[in-house]
Amino acid sequence: MAANPMTQFEVYRIGPEIKVGAFDISFTNASLFMVISSLAILVIFNLGSKKNSLLPNKIQLLAELSYTFVSKMISDTAGSKAKPYFSFIFSLFMFVLFCNMFGMIPYTFTVTSHIIVTFILAAFIFIGVTIIGFIKHGVGYLKLFVPSGVPIVLLPLIVVIEIISYLSRPISLSVRLFANMMAGHTMMKVFGGFVISLGVVGGWLPLSFSVALTGLEILVAFLQAYVFAILTCIYLNDALNLHH
Amino acid sequence: MIKKIFFQLIFFNLFFLKEVFAAESGGMPQLNPEFWISQIFWLTLTFGILYILLSKIILPKISTNLELRKSQIQENIEAAEKQRENAEAKLKEYDDIISKSKLKANNIFKEARENVLKEINAKKETLDKQIDEEIKKVEQEINLLRKGASEKINKIAIETTSELLVKLIGTEVNNSSISAIVDDLSKRNGDKYYGN
Repeated sequence: MAANPMTQFEVYRIGPEIKVGAFDISFTNASLFMVISSLAILVIFNLGSKKNSLLPNKIQLLAELSYTFVSKMISDTAGSKAKPYFSFIFSLFMFVLFCNMFGMIPYTFTVTSHIIVTFILAAFIFIGVTIIGFIKHGVGYLKLFVPSGVPIVLLPLIVVIEIISYLSRPISLSVRLFANMMAGHTMMKVFGGFVISLGVVGGWLPLSFSVALTGLEILVAFLQAYVFAILTCIYLNDALNLHH
Repeated sequence: MIKKIFFQLIFFNLFFLKEVFAAESGGMPQLNPEFWISQIFWLTLTFGILYILLSKIILPKISTNLELRKSQIQENIEAAEKQRENAEAKLKEYDDIISKSKLKANNIFKEARENVLKEINAKKETLDKQIDEEIKKVEQEINLLRKGASEKINKIAIETTSELLVKLIGTEVNNSSISAIVDDLSKRNGDKYYGN
């Protein structure tokens, strides 16, 4: 019988229970995949930056192409002022991408399919961007909520809407990534369950669906990491270059 | 009244939600806060270490690698450009040399031809002169011979006539009278015999 499609998201302890005060910070399967993703990123990019040959080998090319890809993305969306935040956005993009991609391997755990992980990342970005905005523009950063060229009658309404949309940024950012990853993995699990329950006779249709979904999910895994990074850049752009 | 119903609805909804979650054996594991603190802790730790290592060690390396390559490629392009310019200059020099030598060769050829033509003309003139002189000499000789010939013929005619007369008549006739007749005849018929 097909297992519950939600069991793949269950977090369980690996090794002993670690407690700091009242907080349980035990090493779990989620922690394991965070460590694996980070290590993979570090290993790949360390190998890619080790020696500088004029004609790069494959791994060096990979590292350099990712570097130029992210740097182009940042300069396109947030301009040259965003250069100091390049390392952060690069780490963020790579971390989310690798967590998503490791989740695509069967029997692994998808770190980004947990709302708490994506929410912490999004909340950190939100708080950081807000602090940067207030440091760069002082109280003038509040002008972000007052778009120019709006009739005075509509202004109170617009300001309220702008504030709500600004405050909902971390929620939309985190829920977008979490919901996409969870929905995709659940759907794949459901189709996988159909393959088992329909057997050799009828299982081919859900199997072909499952194969197609795997391709789609790999695309989604990349796309969501890209969207996460580019939205961070856009928020950063708002904080660095106040356009309103 | 309406308010009361509204609150009751909300209350029942919450109740049913609880029922639903209970039936699904916990529902979404993501909403179970048991390991939230652990996830936050490990996320901060791994992402923090990842960020520090990437930003302090790895990314600067990649950036310098890229810049080094860029400058090296730029240098190579510049060197190539210089060499191309050099090659073009050399090609121009070579072309100049070729066109100059072609001109020189043409000049030499022309001079040589003119010299040869002059020599030929000079030789031709001298030859022509020699030929003319010889022709004149020969003509004079011919003229002399022609004049001499008529006199000789006259003499022969006179002698033969005198001898013929001796043999016919048996007496010698005065030569002067014969010569007068021969002269007279030769003057009359000279044109017929000599073609002059």
